[in-house]
Amino acid sequence: MDALDRVVKPKTKRAKRFLEKREPKLNENTKNAMLIKGGNANLTVTEVLKDIYAVKKPFAVLYKRKNITRPFEDQTSLEFFSKKSDCSLFLFGSHNKKRPNNLIIGRMFDYHVLDMIELGVEKFVSLKDIKNSKCPEGTKPMLIFAGDMFDVNEEYRRLKNLLIDFFRGPTVPNIRLAGLEYVLHFTAVDGKIYMRSYKVLLKKSGCKIPRIELEEMGPSLDLVMRRTHLASDDLYKLSLKQPKGLKPKKKKNISHDAFGTTYGRIHMQKQDLSKLQTRKMKGLKKRPAEKSAEDAGATPKKLKSA
Amino acid sequence: VEAVLAAAEEQEAEKRRSITVEKELELEYDLGNLLAVDRNPPPAAALREAGPRREALLRALARDNTQLLVSRLWELPAERAGGAGGPLVAQLPEPTFRLPREKPPPKPRPPTRWEQFARLKGIRRKKKTSLPLPWRPCGWRRCWRPPRSRRRRSGGASRWKRSWSWSADPEEDQFARLRREKRERVARNELNRLRNLARAHRAGSAVPAAPLHPTGHQDRDELRRVARVARVSTASLGRFQPRLPKESAEPPSRSGGKKRRFEPLLGNLAAERSRQLELLRDMGSKKPVLDITRAVNKQLRQEEAEAAAANKGKKQSKRGKRGRRQQRPGRSGKKSGARRQPQQQKPAGGGTGG
Repeated sequence: MDALDRVVKPKTKRAKRFLEKREPKLNENTKNAMLIKGGNANLTVTEVLKDIYAVKKPFAVLYKRKNITRPFEDQTSLEFFSKKSDCSLFLFGSHNKKRPNNLIIGRMFDYHVLDMIELGVEKFVSLKDIKNSKCPEGTKPMLIFAGDMFDVNEEYRRLKNLLIDFFRGPTVPNIRLAGLEYVLHFTAVDGKIYMRSYKVLLKKSGCKIPRIELEEMGPSLDLVMRRTHLASDDLYKLSLKQPKGLKPKKKKNISHDAFGTTYGRIHMQKQDLSKLQTRKMKGLKKRPAEKSAEDAGATPKKLKSA
Repeated sequence: VEAVLAAAEEQEAEKRRSITVEKELELEYDLGNLLAVDRNPPPAAALREAGPRREALLRALARDNTQLLVSRLWELPAERAGGAGGPLVAQLPEPTFRLPREKPPPKPRPPTRWEQFARLKGIRRKKKTSLPLPWRPCGWRRCWRPPRSRRRRSGGASRWKRSWSWSADPEEDQFARLRREKRERVARNELNRLRNLARAHRAGSAVPAAPLHPTGHQDRDELRRVARVARVSTASLGRFQPRLPKESAEPPSRSGGKKRRFEPLLGNLAAERSRQLELLRDMGSKKPVLDITRAVNKQLRQEEAEAAAANKGKKQSKRGKRGRRQQRPGRSGKKSGARRQPQQQKPAGGGTGG
């Protein structure tokens, strides 16, 4: 749309901050997700969207109204939404006779669709159905992928990448160990993907590391992969490219060996070895020429002490 | 019997408290993302049947994997945040799993006209010294202030007192003139700033061909390009539109003057004869063909640029190379441009004459 492409010059400081937040940066913001309902979304799909929104708050936007679009045919409306709300992940739910309980999970690069994978929901247990205490909103979940299919199959590999991107949450330098409460477990078996969410209970064990007990909580989905629209290899490689500024600066003249010892290197100027200062022997000091004959006798005694 | 039962119970209790997990293949961990990937094939047959057994199996699998991940996380260097009583906080390493970016990495903005000139001349920003200026009876001073004789208070005579010069027009209102000049300066600065921004914006996004009708915001190169396109497109059956007084006589070439054009070998004898005679005349004359002042200036510029590049090269070698690289097309363009002119007129003269 032309209105969005025109360069907007901010007139207030608040507008300027808003635009700066959306520009490309070295260290990017946490990715936001938009959850959209399709033209005919049934109860299951709506519930799924609501639960995923609860998991991904505050980095998600749930659109209330139904949007009659078909992402696999026409991606312009998705791109428009993404530009408007600055979201690079999306989850689109719809339902029809041919594809019941359909979820399209996808991500954007530079406000254009990068990958899209269509999943069918076969069984869904929502947050409300499991009656127990939940973990607080906004907890960073632990992600576990089980099954060799996630490595063997190319589409499953992309799906794993997409799911990590979707559920990752903000990147933090420190984490409170007692706050590791939420775990999302994905198992790929037999062409199906089982997603389960558990609440982690840390029990006492003999040593420092606690024993884990899991309690089922949260949405659990049985998914089947349907259509995919993956990005071409070069576009994917372009999106993976990290700018040079992010690489940690290598400190020169410092090296580590396998045992953990740190070695440093000092560069010295050329030394005149004849003028090198070794141990001070007073007897060998240069004296005036008259006394040198006397001292020849005295030096052997001094040598013993040195 | 009781002893055996007790032993069995103890074993059960031990198992319940154990934190070790047996796995065929080791998991892959990305602790920065709190991620663990288990490559072991799950028991497919057992998981095929629907029902509570599957849930129990999945849960057991999840429990084992989570235990392994948490053990790894607990091994990270941890400290108590906020003093002795605070929560135990672990330092996470950088995430290693490669995920695509949201937007492409930011492009550095192109240098403004002043920045290009400063780089060429070797002008660098003067750093403010941290040492203050010498001690005066009123104390150390950090910045220069005019001496007492020249100091004027802001609310004093300066508002209505302005210096007068003999060259100033006596009828003109000096205050209005100063205000107008300030307004013009501000407007010019703003225009230059916007032009720099536009240049940066244009450099970032490859702009398609300029619109063919003149807008107010095109610069010289764009207009030249557009004029060339217009000259070709308005022609028909070899008849071009009438030439403007200051336009070049040559018809616009499609390559834009990059290809060299040679005269045909056997053509205009008169033109060839006149050219050779002129060449002999120039060689024989005492007047130097080279314009000394222009050549000297060019040489000075080149030396300045090289000195600046060398100085910068000690600190940032890349910038120096770039500066030198930028010099070359400009230099060769000027030389060939100077040489091209006398040659250009001749073939045109030959073409129209012959």
